[in-house]
Amino acid sequence: MDFPMFHLDWLNDRFLIAMIAILHVIINHGLAVGFIPFVTWLEQKGVKNSSSDQVTDSEWDKMAYKLMWTAFIITTTIGAMTGVGIWFSAALVSPSSIGSLIRVFYWAWFTEWVVFVTEVVLILIYFLTWKSSNRSLNAKLKHIRFGWFLAIFSWITMAIIVAILGFMMDPGNWQTERSLLSGIFNPIYLPQLFFRTPTAMVVGGTFGLMMIMLFTKKGSDVRNKAVRAAGKWILIWSPLALVAAINYYHVMPSAMQANMSTAIGTMEFEQYYTVLKYLIPLAICVVLIVALWAVIKTTRFKAYMALSAVIAIMAFLAIFERVREFVRKPYVIGNYMYSNLLRIEDYPLYKKDGILKHATYTSVHEITDNTKVEAGKNIFMLTCSRCHTTNGVNSITYVFERMYGAGKPLNEDDMEAYIPNMHEGRKYMPPFPGNKKELRALVAYIKHLQQTGEVLEGAQSSGVVINPDNSTTSVANHIEAEKRKTENKLVQKK
Amino acid sequence: MLLQIQTPVPKDIPLELPLPEWLLVTLLILSFLLHIIFINLMLGGSILTIWAQIKGLKEKEYDILAHEIAKTITVNKSMAVVLGVAPLLSINTLYTIYFYSANALTGFAWIMIIPLITIAFLLTYLHKYTWEKFEGSKRLHIAIIGMATTIFLFIPLIFLTNVNLMMFPEKWGAVKGFLSALMLPNVFPRYFEFLGACVSVTGLFVVWYNGRRHYPFEEQYSVFTRYDVKRIGYSATIIGLGVQIFFGVIVLFTLPSKGIGYDVIAVMIAAGSFLVAALWWSYKSVTGDKRLLDARFKRIVMAVIIFMVLYGGSRQIYRHNALRKHQELVAEHTKAFQKQSKEAREHPVEEKEELELDPSLGELAKGSALFKQKCGICHKRDEKLVGPPMTEMAGIYTGKTEDLKSWIRQPGKKRADYPQMPGFKDQLSDEELNELAKFILSVK
Repeated sequence: MDFPMFHLDWLNDRFLIAMIAILHVIINHGLAVGFIPFVTWLEQKGVKNSSSDQVTDSEWDKMAYKLMWTAFIITTTIGAMTGVGIWFSAALVSPSSIGSLIRVFYWAWFTEWVVFVTEVVLILIYFLTWKSSNRSLNAKLKHIRFGWFLAIFSWITMAIIVAILGFMMDPGNWQTERSLLSGIFNPIYLPQLFFRTPTAMVVGGTFGLMMIMLFTKKGSDVRNKAVRAAGKWILIWSPLALVAAINYYHVMPSAMQANMSTAIGTMEFEQYYTVLKYLIPLAICVVLIVALWAVIKTTRFKAYMALSAVIAIMAFLAIFERVREFVRKPYVIGNYMYSNLLRIEDYPLYKKDGILKHATYTSVHEITDNTKVEAGKNIFMLTCSRCHTTNGVNSITYVFERMYGAGKPLNEDDMEAYIPNMHEGRKYMPPFPGNKKELRALVAYIKHLQQTGEVLEGAQSSGVVINPDNSTTSVANHIEAEKRKTENKLVQKK
Repeated sequence: MLLQIQTPVPKDIPLELPLPEWLLVTLLILSFLLHIIFINLMLGGSILTIWAQIKGLKEKEYDILAHEIAKTITVNKSMAVVLGVAPLLSINTLYTIYFYSANALTGFAWIMIIPLITIAFLLTYLHKYTWEKFEGSKRLHIAIIGMATTIFLFIPLIFLTNVNLMMFPEKWGAVKGFLSALMLPNVFPRYFEFLGACVSVTGLFVVWYNGRRHYPFEEQYSVFTRYDVKRIGYSATIIGLGVQIFFGVIVLFTLPSKGIGYDVIAVMIAAGSFLVAALWWSYKSVTGDKRLLDARFKRIVMAVIIFMVLYGGSRQIYRHNALRKHQELVAEHTKAFQKQSKEAREHPVEEKEELELDPSLGELAKGSALFKQKCGICHKRDEKLVGPPMTEMAGIYTGKTEDLKSWIRQPGKKRADYPQMPGFKDQLSDEELNELAKFILSVK
């Protein structure tokens, strides 16, 4: 309502965030939080297993260095930039929600930043001094200690951000208390953190296993030892991950659990839900079997096995994040703001006045027969466009045609009857906020879309039209008039 | 008809600022200062690397210098990114409405920052780790850092366009995408001033880097002495400061009148005088006694830092002046809206439709009304709409009322070509289900 609406009319706005976020999560879990302790552990093993006249087993150390090199390059480029990218994309797609979260979580984010800076400094030190630390045992041990520090700081960054994620799903006591601490210790926080920690370790070990296969020679002693070590690492962490996943599933608020069936994919894939629900344990099983094989049949371990574990665990993470994002619906901030970025508390006002009156940017503020479709376009942009496109991914014409029959002309009366009730049946949909007149305009626009295949351009290309009701002139006049009114009242009282 | 473009007054987010405004402003300026120093080093380092590497085609020593500077780019770039988070957070909190509006209006360019910088970063690593490999084809190697630098040169334009656009809500209605916002006054002079700063700060960095006692300078170079390289650093600083002063004056004269005031001008001129002092001392260092090369180093660094704080401060004063009136309107508008919203919450318009009972239907009246309200959007009497028609339901469930009720509560999925029906167990009581079932099964 108050921000120019950025809109991607083919790709879908939430897809933009999802793409960036999932890439970030995979890198963050697999190459930072879970990977750094794995590499440090390997580095430490190298020192332990070397003969007393050496600082470390140099072949082994070279391999560990190569692993770290890969993680360093990826985390400090794609990893860092996708992290910033989540923010950039959220600012574009969902400014009201990220703007609200920032006000509540300023100090959490600020602390996160301090931890981030420490993490970057530590990773620079850890990576850049690796080779020079091999000159003496003392330097090497110190270096390893830096590895553990880095591992701890990586974990802390995750621990903070998970608080914010958990809050978005269920603000818990924050609704009544509105304080930072109550937001942080929302009911999902600890279970989610408990789940993400061992999962990250498993992902880190799995990625490590894959890299070991890439960076070592077939049949070499180093490969065999490293494969076995990685296998053990995964075996230790996966049972914990499984237990934590089950626990996490159980503490999710019941409404969210009910929603889970629609969480994966869209409605039409609902029947696959059961399959997917089992895919998560299945993925863990694949990883477990691969890890077992790595430990028991080390010499017969093949790269494709490591690859299949990598794919399984990546699918697992992607689905987990997809579900986590979707179970939030119909809210973007639980019980506070709907996914159309409108606050629940303002709904009664919108119902009374309509939304266009309060929109800062709209090309129509008076609905007449001539401006109906144009008004519908503005209403669509304000209330639907965060999740729906006109003709692209999850398009509005597609969702209606799926209900009423593909290619059949849409009936405005049917849609008009459906929209005000859709949130009853489709739990993930927020209620339609506008009034009757706006509903009719919206329906006319949807019909128009089906007939013409028109596209909707976002503010980034077509700019914005300012609602004269909410321009400086009328707002200033209105405020003055209000002041005069209260002054008059005071005079009358006297 | 010429449409007059209006100035929007959006409503702010109705949550308190998490800390006092003055503290947020302080955090914004200081954290931005840290961020921009590393940005200066990243971009200035890239420019110097290209210059040195091109010179290195003829003189080997310059190639070594280029390699040494290149090694610092990847470190400085990591610091630059992570240090950018705090000012971004602060400006988002302090100027939520203004910053996000500018972001959306230049949205495509704004989001392109992410992939572009990622690519540039990968290129800097490629450049750094392939120094020996590209020994035979130096030009290609220079092209790699050339590409990265081109991207680095473009990105600041996007940021500058955004922080500029956010100060002019009166232009928001006229802007159509990034390019038109880029053309607003004051973007380019500020940009060139910034480029000058990159070179001058990196020049000082080169002086410091090569003066460190533990730095094994003599192992790296065979011809160059520390003096030679430091002199290159000071020369870069002189060039950079010159550019900064030149464009700084232009910035001052092209500031849009909105927001300008004696305070802004005074602080900017004070800032500029420190630049002039730094330039003078740098010049003296290069032309003076060889042994006294470093005598003025600390002074120069201090002058540049003071300039940065003052210049950043003047930008903040300008921003504050430019937006003050508008911010007041936004605050009033937000308050007025919250008041209206509260009133509407307390006296909602009754939209909850009471069941319209049709007495002529007798004992089916309630079921019929419920059907209209809950089911009618997907089911018709005799034809398929979203789900099957009532006639089919009656055909299946006649005599099996309980089965029908449990299906409505929690539907399964039988038909592959129909979408999943949502469950109604939370919305319909057992009594209502009875009425509904009675109505459905009455259809013949």
